[in-house]
Amino acid sequence: MQLHDLWFAVIAVLWTGYFFLEGFDFGVGVLTRLLARDRGERRVLINTIGPVWDGNEVWLISAAGATFAAFPDWYATLFSGFYLPLLVILVCLIVRGVAFEYRAKRSGTQWQDRWEWALFVTSLLPAFLWGLAFGNLVRGVPIDADKNFTGDLADLLGPYALLGGLVTLTLFTFHGAVFTALKTTGDIRPRARRLATMAGPVCAVLTAAFLAWTQLNSGGSVSFVASAAAVGALLAAVVANAAGREGWAFGLSGVTVVAMTAALFIALFPDVMPSSLDPRWSLTAENAASSPYTLKIMTWCAALATPVVMLYQGWTYWVFRKRIGTRHIAGNH
Amino acid sequence: MAALAPETLARWQFGVTTVYHFLFVPLTISLSVFVAGLETAWVRTGSEKYLRAAKFWGKLFLINIAMGVVTGILQEFQFGMNWSDYSRFVGDVFGAPLAFEALVAFFFESTFIGLWIFGWDKLPKGIHAGCMWMVALGSVLSAYFILAANSWMQHPVGYRMNPENGRAELTDFVRVLTQNTALAQFGHTLVAAFLTGGAFMVGIAAYHLMRGRHVPVMRSSLRLGLVVMVVAGVLTAVTGDRLGKIMYDQQPMKMAAAEALWETQGPAPFSLFAYGDVDEGHNDVAIEIPGLLSFLAHDNFSEEVPGINDTDAALREKYGDKLGIDDFRPNIPLAYWSFRWMIGFGMSSFALGAAGLYLTRRRLWLSPRLRTADDKVPRLALTRDRELGTALTRWYWRLALLTMLFPLIANSWGWIFTETGRQPWVVYGVLPTAAGVSPTVSQGEVITSMSVFIALYALLAVIEIKLLAKYVKAGPPELTEADLNPPTRIGGHDAEDPDRPMAFSY
Repeated sequence: MQLHDLWFAVIAVLWTGYFFLEGFDFGVGVLTRLLARDRGERRVLINTIGPVWDGNEVWLISAAGATFAAFPDWYATLFSGFYLPLLVILVCLIVRGVAFEYRAKRSGTQWQDRWEWALFVTSLLPAFLWGLAFGNLVRGVPIDADKNFTGDLADLLGPYALLGGLVTLTLFTFHGAVFTALKTTGDIRPRARRLATMAGPVCAVLTAAFLAWTQLNSGGSVSFVASAAAVGALLAAVVANAAGREGWAFGLSGVTVVAMTAALFIALFPDVMPSSLDPRWSLTAENAASSPYTLKIMTWCAALATPVVMLYQGWTYWVFRKRIGTRHIAGNH
Repeated sequence: MAALAPETLARWQFGVTTVYHFLFVPLTISLSVFVAGLETAWVRTGSEKYLRAAKFWGKLFLINIAMGVVTGILQEFQFGMNWSDYSRFVGDVFGAPLAFEALVAFFFESTFIGLWIFGWDKLPKGIHAGCMWMVALGSVLSAYFILAANSWMQHPVGYRMNPENGRAELTDFVRVLTQNTALAQFGHTLVAAFLTGGAFMVGIAAYHLMRGRHVPVMRSSLRLGLVVMVVAGVLTAVTGDRLGKIMYDQQPMKMAAAEALWETQGPAPFSLFAYGDVDEGHNDVAIEIPGLLSFLAHDNFSEEVPGINDTDAALREKYGDKLGIDDFRPNIPLAYWSFRWMIGFGMSSFALGAAGLYLTRRRLWLSPRLRTADDKVPRLALTRDRELGTALTRWYWRLALLTMLFPLIANSWGWIFTETGRQPWVVYGVLPTAAGVSPTVSQGEVITSMSVFIALYALLAVIEIKLLAKYVKAGPPELTEADLNPPTRIGGHDAEDPDRPMAFSY
């Protein structure tokens, strides 16, 4: 295996980790309007992800940083090409981070209400836009011989990419709902389960359609297996959730996110950004990569750092493993 | 419109967002260490004032780090968005420290901050304090990797040009991380961060002490802040001198511009005030200290220092035809004044710290209002006049509030000087700034993003300042039973009382 292929896999793993982790915290953000009935319940939802959302987001920072270092051309073309969607995502991530930290810093209802709305919108939009971006990434966009994106915003709003956006939005919401059912106690828990039961089938239909479409465009046998696993795990998650097996349901919705992201990256490989103008102009893991020396250094860093990161992030989840409910929220929060 | 060319806009956007981001970074670094230190002092001594201080400064720290973190995300993304050709050209070298920052430092910081915020009733107090030390370590490491990346742009080392794909490729990563520019920049920035945090702490402590409130907590904070200001102030000057000498060696044009030194001279004078004609290349008014610049650049009073005109001619000779650039001078008035504002505000902060330390010696830190007996009035070496002593301390408290801003201003001008003084290069001697901009991003797109970020940042600044003011005024929190009896095992008290409210610092 060549180093640039390994790094393609590492980037895929970082995105997968990002979607698995921030996927449920985006979902919980969306649920603050779909599920929570009052401020106390919204506080419970926020506290289920409070200790971990920041660490989850660093998976994105790492994915972007690693792409910059390992595939400079991919990073350059992607970030300058998807300028406006990324701008919206960035604004959302900025406002969202502040919303978490500032919501309870004042006790006024209006103040908290505004931050709660901000949290909802800034969870919903990126959940949709990441799917849109990945749809475009896999399907291909106009890239010229100089590796530059030559399209405009309209090129990014095709039906396949829009479907991709709906898939991530519904999948993350479902993922967030089963996470909420797993992490809460009291009244909110059965309602989260019911919401997951309703959202699951819708999400399954969309995901199946999107992955089938992907399969027709650029799929192979391996991506087919991953796609089938994604849809199968999602259906199993719906069943487990309905049966009240919350741990299983969350694990399986996680498998769905992982398998779906894997299917997309497998369908993409060996390209990293196919050109819709001419296949010769596509960016590939080989022609977009850094030098072998840089990749070697990065490999050492990732090999040493990633297990440690997973260890202490895992420890965080363990420290905050207890379920929480409205009775654990003191007044004014 | 040349003034609104995508390059100009992208530079403005980078400048505005970087200076804004860097208002929060130094405070994050130093306050995390202060909070960790104060919480550790509580763990070690059991004295409640330290816990109250840790909670008080911790709250301000959280308000501040939130902004630092979210504005940092944009920094990483805008290389690709606005500077895609730069990213292609340097990603092989420059991307690695950025990726290291995320993997090694930023994961650390963000994971342990979550543990600290929500861990008050889940972690034993020693481990809880340890989480803040981890946050501090993460933020220092993060600064180091970013500064190593920036230093490579100031002084590219450990790379070679690949003629096949026309980009810079890494050959020696250790060299990139350990070159003298990186170490000097890191040292200077780190101690300046502590000067910033010290002044922040002193200003807020003075605000309360002036009113005679929260005296035990604020007295400790004030003394801590003052000592840090003085030590960090001295170190900032020492590291700044070191960095300046390196810059004379590596970027003579930047330093000549900082002194408005047009002609090569030896001995070279240090400029106190200059006003001149940039196009003609000379000063009309110049107030100078003979020989001092030679000393600052080379440690002796006579050695020659290269001037702007000769350096420009040499650079034109070397690169002019190849790159099609006919002017290698940065914005000289900007370089000259930003350098002076940086040093001026930095030195003033140090001076005020030293004055404060003198005025508050022998516990004479109290507000005049709190004093009853005459012998509590400061006896100053410079005057035996007790009225004057009282007035001086009173004015010092007011000045201390203003001084909170000084290091922030110095930091900002420092970055403006470092980055604009390097122009027209984005990577010094290797890649001109104009060649780094995204070729396919339209003027409209950059204008859109710039307007969005300026509006958003302005709004967030208002919110942030209001919140800070609110929590500063509120003062240190009263401690509850739960605060004083943290759990003794990981996982918390839930086993004893499943309905116990969560304790967290949001």
